[in-house]
Amino acid sequence: MRMNRPVALIATALVLAACGSSSTTATSSSSSTTTLSGSITVFAASSLKESFTTLGTQFEAAHPGTTVTFNFGASSTLATQITQKAPADVFAAASQKTMDTVTAAGAATGDKVFAVNTMEIATPAKPSTPVAGLADLAKPGVKVAVCQKDVPCGAAAVKLFDLNKLTVTPVSEEVDVKSVLSKVVLGEVDAGIVYVTDVKAAKEKVVGVEIPAAQNVTTKYPIAPITASTNSDLARAFIDYVLSSEGQSVLTAAGFASP
Amino acid sequence: MSGLDARVVVRRPAFTLDVALDVAPGEVVAVLGPNGAGKSTLLRTICGLEPLGEGHIRLGDVLVDEPSTNTLVPAAKRRVGIVFQDYRLFPHLTVLDNVAFGPRSAGRSARHSRDAATTWIERLRLVDLVGRKPGALSGGQAQRVALARALASDPSVLLLDEPLAALDAGTRLDVRSDLREHLHEFDGPTLLVTHDPLDALVLADRLVVLEEGSITQQGTALDVARRPATAYVARLLGLNLLRGSAHDGDVMIDGGGTVHVTDRGVAGAVLVAVRPSAISLHTQQPEGSARNVWAGTVDGIESIGDRVRVTVAGAPTVMVDVTAAAITDLDVRRGTAVWLSAKATELEVYPG
Amino acid sequence: MTRRDRPTTAPPWPVWVPAGLALLFLGLPIVGLLVRAPWSRMWEILTSPTSLDALRLSLVTASAATLVTIVIGIPLAWLLARADFRGRGVVRALVTVPLVLPPVVGGIALLLAFGRRGIMGQYLDSCCGITLPFTTPGVVVAETFVAMPFLVITIEGALRGLDTRFEDAAATLGAGRLTVFRRVTLPLILPSIAAGVVLTFARALGEFGATITFAGNLRGVTQTLPLAVYIGLEGDPDEAIALSLVLLAVSVVVLVALRDKWLRTGAAS
Repeated sequence: MRMNRPVALIATALVLAACGSSSTTATSSSSSTTTLSGSITVFAASSLKESFTTLGTQFEAAHPGTTVTFNFGASSTLATQITQKAPADVFAAASQKTMDTVTAAGAATGDKVFAVNTMEIATPAKPSTPVAGLADLAKPGVKVAVCQKDVPCGAAAVKLFDLNKLTVTPVSEEVDVKSVLSKVVLGEVDAGIVYVTDVKAAKEKVVGVEIPAAQNVTTKYPIAPITASTNSDLARAFIDYVLSSEGQSVLTAAGFASP
Repeated sequence: MSGLDARVVVRRPAFTLDVALDVAPGEVVAVLGPNGAGKSTLLRTICGLEPLGEGHIRLGDVLVDEPSTNTLVPAAKRRVGIVFQDYRLFPHLTVLDNVAFGPRSAGRSARHSRDAATTWIERLRLVDLVGRKPGALSGGQAQRVALARALASDPSVLLLDEPLAALDAGTRLDVRSDLREHLHEFDGPTLLVTHDPLDALVLADRLVVLEEGSITQQGTALDVARRPATAYVARLLGLNLLRGSAHDGDVMIDGGGTVHVTDRGVAGAVLVAVRPSAISLHTQQPEGSARNVWAGTVDGIESIGDRVRVTVAGAPTVMVDVTAAAITDLDVRRGTAVWLSAKATELEVYPG
Repeated sequence: MTRRDRPTTAPPWPVWVPAGLALLFLGLPIVGLLVRAPWSRMWEILTSPTSLDALRLSLVTASAATLVTIVIGIPLAWLLARADFRGRGVVRALVTVPLVLPPVVGGIALLLAFGRRGIMGQYLDSCCGITLPFTTPGVVVAETFVAMPFLVITIEGALRGLDTRFEDAAATLGAGRLTVFRRVTLPLILPSIAAGVVLTFARALGEFGATITFAGNLRGVTQTLPLAVYIGLEGDPDEAIALSLVLLAVSVVVLVALRDKWLRTGAAS
């Protein structure tokens, strides 16, 4: 039958790939503390973009010959991708909930909280409508952008409004926190609910309006190695680095709070 | 209504079209010429689809094109009706809407336009076809619709571009005689362009021969046929056309004489066509099976290339083509009494 | 098919192999959607407020975008095909830009033009209080931007290929240029118009990047079916699959309704 040949070809390719990957793990598992090599892909929440990029560069410098590649996006989207067997080695999520969906699916174990984030109101550098605090967001005619509710920052926004007993009707529910930020930067909305780290990263492009701690919600950021990783040693090394004092100082500088 | 007065000069890569035309109201002028002579260009300039290089065109009292005074009236504003060789009936409209297109475009309401169209539809006997689309019409029917459509737009000048060229030989005969009638009913000047001499002979009052952009001869059909000015005309108008009245195979020719034809079915006013080369010239009364034999007197002898055209006055008067050698043999000259014979099968008769 | 039945222009059997691969490539994802769809929950998902809102919004905005495209796109096609003006080549290139621009980039460009701080948007806002981002009309703007080239290019092509003989005849009958276009030209290119309209509607219906960037995402206001599918992936993948099937079904209905009769491009014979 004609179908056998292409099937055989694909099967051979898969076997070769498997042999290839197992040989790299073979070399790295023989020495656990000495030279790390190879590459890993880190799936991280959008709000970690600036800090993790810095951490990646520093990690690569400390361990020459290694490569850390990032895939930033909304944690919920990343979680779906991981459960659909997307090739990830590390997952850093912006909420425990999204991490739980991944651990529940058996794709990761042993997650640890590495940072804590709080919310802040971002306003355009040259505002058309002044926004001084949370209460202003409920005023009619004020355009507010938030993340979509299934995304961690969106869930946090919902909690934030509930906590403060505000009815806010956003004009848009964006797919991730960076999209909310761009709407603010472009001046299309008067305010956006983002993380304090996002406001810090955006520097002079936005003006942040702090939310007092009593009115604010906090989100825990867990990190975990992916079970199906092809380079578990390097993955674990990176996670250790994030949890180390060096890693933590980068995160604190970005505006995160310690866990 | 006044006529068409035009001096058309258009430069083409192969030649320059330079024609002066004057058509009186009610007159039908046929422009006869080979393909590529400039006949279609002539019509296009008159109806406004192409501008003149030099000259002028006057439709009635309206000057529509004169390059020297920068006058140019667009096609849509000229009251010219044109029947195209390919009819160009709008395929998505019914016969009624096609015919009503002219009045409708002039701004009349849908109802008034259709009423105006109906007048012409009735005149051209298209009543049974009003709801049909052009795709469902025969060649002859389409031609009549195209004519009705042109006439319904109330033109001051009527133009026809090879009106019968798209029809097969059989249909052509019927449609030609029909067309003659309708053209007679039109009050304004009619200019008809064709390469078929029969069209010119049947439909037109006057002929203009156009070769390579210039007029080489004009006059009545008989004048032109008798004294062809060029080899083209001679070749083309090698035809005798007689009018008469038919009854059971016998045709009484207007002006004298009776001829016998093979078609016994046709009756009433007819046209009989016989080629000069199909008539035999004799100095004595001939024996033989030819059914048409009559006497006459030689009225004219013209040399056309390698042949000689002899006009014989008789009942009826016809042109006979013979070879130069035969003329010498027969010792025929003006005034000689001669006998003519023609087989009935060589005479073509049709309603006219 | 025996050797006798086969027409001489039929492709030889080796052609079936790559053609079969193409069919597999196009068909398998659709089959995958149908096979993995949550059929047991289908009715519940499809009649949920989110789904109904998204469906209604999609149909309304795609239809509106198609209508706008017809009204301003046909005159543009007419100009490009028949008018002689300097810079015609540039205009034609401009018309094809939305075809090659990534939709998200299109959305950003729309923001920079029609957003609150946009080069034209700011005047719309200050004089008449009109804002387009985050509104349903904004969705229509985004969809029109990406879909219009389909109609313009289809119709321009048809007009260029049209034999002018019927239009000439109409002119001799006294019809002015606008009347000729309306009563003769357009009916003659009706199959091409239909094809262009179908393509435009389908493109508008499926638009995602420009919509979410320019108009944002808000249920009932700007969350069209494609957006609902994407958002659905985050929360409930089953919902995303169900809504994807709806999009597929709507597209099939549109294509079947218009069928072969209309999808032939080119002028009527």
